[in-house]
Amino acid sequence: MRASLIVIRALVRRALNEILRVPGAAIPGVLAPTIFMLGLSSVFGEASSLPGFTADDFRTFVVPVGLLQGAGFTGAATGVNLARDIEQGWFDRLLLCPAPRTTLLTGVVASAALRALLPATFLLIVAFSLGVHVPTFVGLLIAAALVMGLACAMACFSVTIALRFRTQQAAPLMQIASFIGVLFTTSYAPKPLLTDWLRTVSDINPVTHVLEGVRQGFVGGVAWEHTWPAFLSIALMVLVLGALAARGLRRYGV
Amino acid sequence: MHELAFSARVVWALALRSLRGALRRPQFLAPLVIFPSMFLAVNVGGLTRTTALPGFPVVDGFLDFQLAGALTQSLLLGGVATGIATALEIEGGFFDRLVASPIPRTTIVLGRLLATGVTAAGQVTYFLLVGFLFGASVKGGVPGVLVVYLIGIVAGVGFGAIGQAIALRAKSASSVQGIFPLVLVVLFASSAFFPRNLLSSPVDTVAKYNPLSYVADGMRHPIIDGVGATSLLEGVGSALLVVLVAGAIALLALRGRLREA
Repeated sequence: MRASLIVIRALVRRALNEILRVPGAAIPGVLAPTIFMLGLSSVFGEASSLPGFTADDFRTFVVPVGLLQGAGFTGAATGVNLARDIEQGWFDRLLLCPAPRTTLLTGVVASAALRALLPATFLLIVAFSLGVHVPTFVGLLIAAALVMGLACAMACFSVTIALRFRTQQAAPLMQIASFIGVLFTTSYAPKPLLTDWLRTVSDINPVTHVLEGVRQGFVGGVAWEHTWPAFLSIALMVLVLGALAARGLRRYGV
Repeated sequence: MHELAFSARVVWALALRSLRGALRRPQFLAPLVIFPSMFLAVNVGGLTRTTALPGFPVVDGFLDFQLAGALTQSLLLGGVATGIATALEIEGGFFDRLVASPIPRTTIVLGRLLATGVTAAGQVTYFLLVGFLFGASVKGGVPGVLVVYLIGIVAGVGFGAIGQAIALRAKSASSVQGIFPLVLVVLFASSAFFPRNLLSSPVDTVAKYNPLSYVADGMRHPIIDGVGATSLLEGVGSALLVVLVAGAIALLALRGRLREA
């Protein structure tokens, strides 16, 4: 157990070191969610004056979308980095170490959870400085936990793709999944204002619960009825996608 | 005259090579339509009721309004793809082999831009077909469709020239890829996705001076209203302005690159 923790810690530190060593590669992923939030609120801001819109300010309404987008991008980047490690042979060397493969997977995925806090922090600093409603401490804590959880789920998915295709050229596939997951929800408007097809998709999409869980701190207040479905959805996504990634890792190189 | 014909043949050959390369690696072409299509779907699905906002132009549906926005986004991504392809040629050494060959230097830039123009025509076709499939219509009829093609192709070439200029300066594909957030900024600071009079301040002011607004509105007008002289002139004029300015910068960047070689 202790040995596994040391390996996980080393893998997390390696992933965090990358941010400092190659900041140019991390900057677009950190900036994009904030740009997206600012852009959406500047362009579609008037939507909040529609009857039935649950927030007074569109910017406050889309901040949670930006937070989850940052988590999605980070998860996808984890897969892209793994694909690069596979291409360069580093991952094969890693597999030679006497650690269980699930430990290696945990290390890679845990690094995504921590890295996701970087775009989230940047986004929140910009949003709060622009006057977005500051949630309560509990609301922020729930948002941070859900952002980290979604980054883990997306990292599991992109790791599965990286292990399957073993090339960085599969990056768009990883990014599109997070894009669909986060945006095909109640990202732009409350459910009653969505078109029928998007309402149906958002009903099926588990990320909708996660988004509502993050959003409750910003719009309205923290309520148990929004909290438990969010955490249950995250748990199920991590469980299913984690199992797929673990299966891919077990089969890798066999 | 003979030299001009020779240059035209070289441009054609380089354009064909670029197009074949793009078709061989569809993973570079797919994002040009996939991401804007997703964005189009989410925008239409999530904000369709905004057509009821006071000040929103009269449209048959939000999809009709959003088509030009998706097209503009796709063409901008096409410009990034052109830059990445150019940077990959520099990284791979093909650019140096071209420089060493007895061809006019400007054909290196023009060949890639011709291919970008052909790709832009494909992007316009794709989005018009998607629009028709989901119930959109072009109010301007066949002339309206031709206007959309004209502005789309010219703007696509202009965005490609911007991508090339960046690639010739940066020389690395990853650096060109890094301009993606900037593409988002330019796009959101325009009226590509929403009427200019409904944009928040200060984006509404920036959008007034952003040529992208006129490119998008130039393509939108024939779709939602019909062919009009003002929007046509503004759209074509803005697209040509992008081509001329970005083309000049790309040629200057090429000169700088040749001096270094």
